[in-house]
Amino acid sequence: MQLIRCPWCGPREEVEFHYGGQAHVAYPDDPAALTDEQWARYVFFRDNPKGAFAERWSHSAGCRRWFNAVRDTRTYRFLAVYKPGEARPEVAS
Amino acid sequence: MRVDGYGRIDRSRTLGFTFDGRSYTGHPGDTLASALLANGVHRIGSSVTLGRPRGISAAWSEDATGLVQVEEPFPEPMLLATTVELVDGLVARGLGGQGRLAEVADTARYDRMHHHVDTLVVGAGPAGLLAARAAARRGERVALLDDRPEPGGSLTGTERIDGRPSREFVADVVAELATHPEVAHLQRTTAFGRYDDGFVLALQHRTDHLGADAPRTLSRQRVHRIRAGRTVIATGAHERPIVFADNDRPGILLAASARDLLHRYGVLAGREVVVFTGDDAAYAAAVDLADAGAAVTVVEARPQAPAHWAGAAADRGIPVLTGSLVAGTEGAPGDGRVSAAVVTGADGARTVLGCDLLAVSGGWNPTAHLFSHVRGTLAYDPALGAFRPGEDLDGVAVVGAANGTLDLAGCLREGASGERPPSADGEPERTPGAIVWRVEGPHDRQFVDVQRDATVADIARAVGAGMRSAEHVKRYTTIGTAHDQGKTSGVLASAITAELLGVPIEDLGTTTFRPPYTPVAFAALAGRERGQLFDPVRTTALHAWHVGAGAVFEDVGQWKRPRYYPRPGEDMEAAVLRECAAVRDGVGILDGSTLGKIDVQGRDAAVLLDRVYTNMMSNLAVGRVRYGVMCGPDGMVIDDGTVLRLAEDRFTVITTTGGAAKILDWLEEWVQTEWPDLRVHLASVTEQWAVFPVVGPRSRHVISRLFADLDVSNDAFGFMCWRDTELDGVPVRVARISFSGELAYEVNVNAWYAPAVWERLLAAGEKHGITPYGTETMHVLRAEKGYPIIGQDTDGTVTPHDLGMAWAVSKKKSDFIGKRSFSRAENTDPLRKQLVGLLPTDARTKIPEGSQVVEFCPDGALPAPPVPMLGHVTSSYRSAALGRPFALALVKGGRQRVGDVVHVPVGDALVPAEITSSVLVDPEGNRRDG
Repeated sequence: MQLIRCPWCGPREEVEFHYGGQAHVAYPDDPAALTDEQWARYVFFRDNPKGAFAERWSHSAGCRRWFNAVRDTRTYRFLAVYKPGEARPEVAS
Repeated sequence: MRVDGYGRIDRSRTLGFTFDGRSYTGHPGDTLASALLANGVHRIGSSVTLGRPRGISAAWSEDATGLVQVEEPFPEPMLLATTVELVDGLVARGLGGQGRLAEVADTARYDRMHHHVDTLVVGAGPAGLLAARAAARRGERVALLDDRPEPGGSLTGTERIDGRPSREFVADVVAELATHPEVAHLQRTTAFGRYDDGFVLALQHRTDHLGADAPRTLSRQRVHRIRAGRTVIATGAHERPIVFADNDRPGILLAASARDLLHRYGVLAGREVVVFTGDDAAYAAAVDLADAGAAVTVVEARPQAPAHWAGAAADRGIPVLTGSLVAGTEGAPGDGRVSAAVVTGADGARTVLGCDLLAVSGGWNPTAHLFSHVRGTLAYDPALGAFRPGEDLDGVAVVGAANGTLDLAGCLREGASGERPPSADGEPERTPGAIVWRVEGPHDRQFVDVQRDATVADIARAVGAGMRSAEHVKRYTTIGTAHDQGKTSGVLASAITAELLGVPIEDLGTTTFRPPYTPVAFAALAGRERGQLFDPVRTTALHAWHVGAGAVFEDVGQWKRPRYYPRPGEDMEAAVLRECAAVRDGVGILDGSTLGKIDVQGRDAAVLLDRVYTNMMSNLAVGRVRYGVMCGPDGMVIDDGTVLRLAEDRFTVITTTGGAAKILDWLEEWVQTEWPDLRVHLASVTEQWAVFPVVGPRSRHVISRLFADLDVSNDAFGFMCWRDTELDGVPVRVARISFSGELAYEVNVNAWYAPAVWERLLAAGEKHGITPYGTETMHVLRAEKGYPIIGQDTDGTVTPHDLGMAWAVSKKKSDFIGKRSFSRAENTDPLRKQLVGLLPTDARTKIPEGSQVVEFCPDGALPAPPVPMLGHVTSSYRSAALGRPFALALVKGGRQRVGDVVHVPVGDALVPAEITSSVLVDPEGNRRDG
């Protein structure tokens, strides 16, 4: 079981966290202006890279705050954590 | 047999035990295995598929054969006789490879403990003891774990360290560790799994060795959950068997195990001993067994015996047959114990050596399991003929024999971690061993995994079937999948597979070790989380009243909710019909306290609710209530409920009981990740508010009687309004919300006052026959009105339009979650499944929920299979108001088909049912205002 570093609480047990899928998928500014395909891409399509992946996590059994993390999908290792609204940090995987 | 002058057992006390129905004695400090061998019992059981006699093959947890079922003091299957500590009154029997779970409840306690340490040391042998001492001296917080009853690892007591007997060295280090308050030293504790970031799980046996004297206050086993900054793996090595024909008989033991039995328990496992080895360490066994009175012959695979040991053997008259191999064995009639070793000499000649103990050493396999659990790679070491840790891992050190360091001096040096290592006095230098994995012979009698009855022939079949990787061969042959997880067979399986494939073993590699290192009972993993502590139970403030009223409860998530309140002689159907009639004809009362309630506050509270509900909430007036539906971005309904506007900047959002936590999370997610600019705060108030719907045409009388200052007229207090009042100074909020179509008042009060207010409502309603009702009646009443239950009548593929709730979807709002999906072509398909009513035309059959809806061809026959499914039944009840059963169903294009007759398979029959509107009772809504 990994330790995950919550940006607010520090390192905590993995079981305290909840996974929230790909990060930086913003709700469209004007959904009505999108084609069905563009909207479907927002609703259903997510990346699935091998390597560094920016994800949303929630410290659901702790401070209940959401944050973002860059994780290496090959090793599960967290490479960086950062708060919502912050830019994705440059990290080597 | 037991020999005098050896062993650390307490011979002043005698313990009685029973094995396979016969009585024996042993001593404190014995294991079941050592006591059996002391009593001359060598056959423990038989093998799992071939039924061959099996005995004790090793002295500790690496034993592959000595499986027993313990019956008393505590029934448990599939234990190794070598790891069961002897207690008075122990009753056990040998197994044929399979045990039997106890049929009585396990009344022992199991628990867990958490540790956070700087350094965790696994293994209290010479290397581990020194590593722990060095860390303790640095002032670190340390945990030292060891799986045996006493520390010292493989030290027999014959060694000398720093000029003193090795047991004194062990005692000194242990005593020093005890002076450090931040050192936790646990024996009988097996680190069984290592995970990410220095996390290790260990199982401690706390009471089994105490037998009947074990205090009931102590947990029997404890799982230690250890988070370590640094982990020192000092787990030693397992001696490796050699594969030859009939190598599975009782009386064939690993050489160091035979020596361990002598020094630890004073047990001489045979009088006529053949030692078969290509490794120096077995000579120590040969010499010690000879000194204890055995007649010993050494069969040495190497062309020459190491000089030191050749001299020691000569001194004792031990013949050493160099360049020789044991190719097979013979067994005694009866218990099948080995009676002779068939030896192939250097000149190729066959000799049969009579023996009752064949002690084998093929070298050593580092116990690298914990290193491998988190994918530390193992590398083949040709000097060992085995795999050892092959990379540096952050936060991990592997020392001593686990690292492939087999001499005591080397173990002491690696354990000392930079401190001056103690000296290993008089230790002869190790000479290179001969790597012998297998001696040529008949494949089908050469056992690789003795516990699985898997032979070289099985590996040959796997290779012949095209297996080329160690992992595939393992799964094809089952080698390494038994109780011992291949502790002694893993390297042999790799080596023999490589031999048969004609590839180097380093290219083939070995299988990955996975937790647990030794078997762990589910009871230990469950810990205290059993029975009533398995999952929290949530009860409302009225639970005691419900129990007293004889309620039958149902589980709704973690909540206990009254399902119905049967009167004497009533079954559920009768009780629910009575409760339903009471509500529609008079007045009923429900404990609705489990409904989710979220306090939404802030300047932008209305903006948030407009974005998450399909309908408009910002234009809701203070003092009013509105029903709303929430959807996901895909347009599918996720929850529904009512919203009370308390102030311009404050709402109470009511969710379904099951959706309470989910919807709070949902709102938090959007607020935190998409709309952090919104000034809004969310808090669950589910537990703070008790809610009692008072429902039925006579509910107005009850409310006006109890809350005298409340004007309950329709004009002053209309449908979907809320009003604050008080009862004896206690604030009460009353809302005109109806989940039944009847005139209804939902009474909200601080949960602290719930029992008192409930009693007052019952008293006020007494002369009107107020009837408490449960969730089943609630469900019937709402279904009669076509009100869906989200998650019962919906399944994540249902839109508000499918439910006939287009009226609840705003056309004015430019956007809300789900809106864009409603205009997708799929969501405007007229053949989408829609919620409708179904009335079985026989007016008698209650259709089971989940039933499929099918349709006959125009000729009145079922279509040919596969029969098209039109939809399914989502809710089905008997209705007191209708006087017949009815159902709700999701049916393709259902709303355009009202009046059609479809069929529902019930058992072997096809029940005709008419499609109706989903609203079956009071479709005009006349009853709402009483």
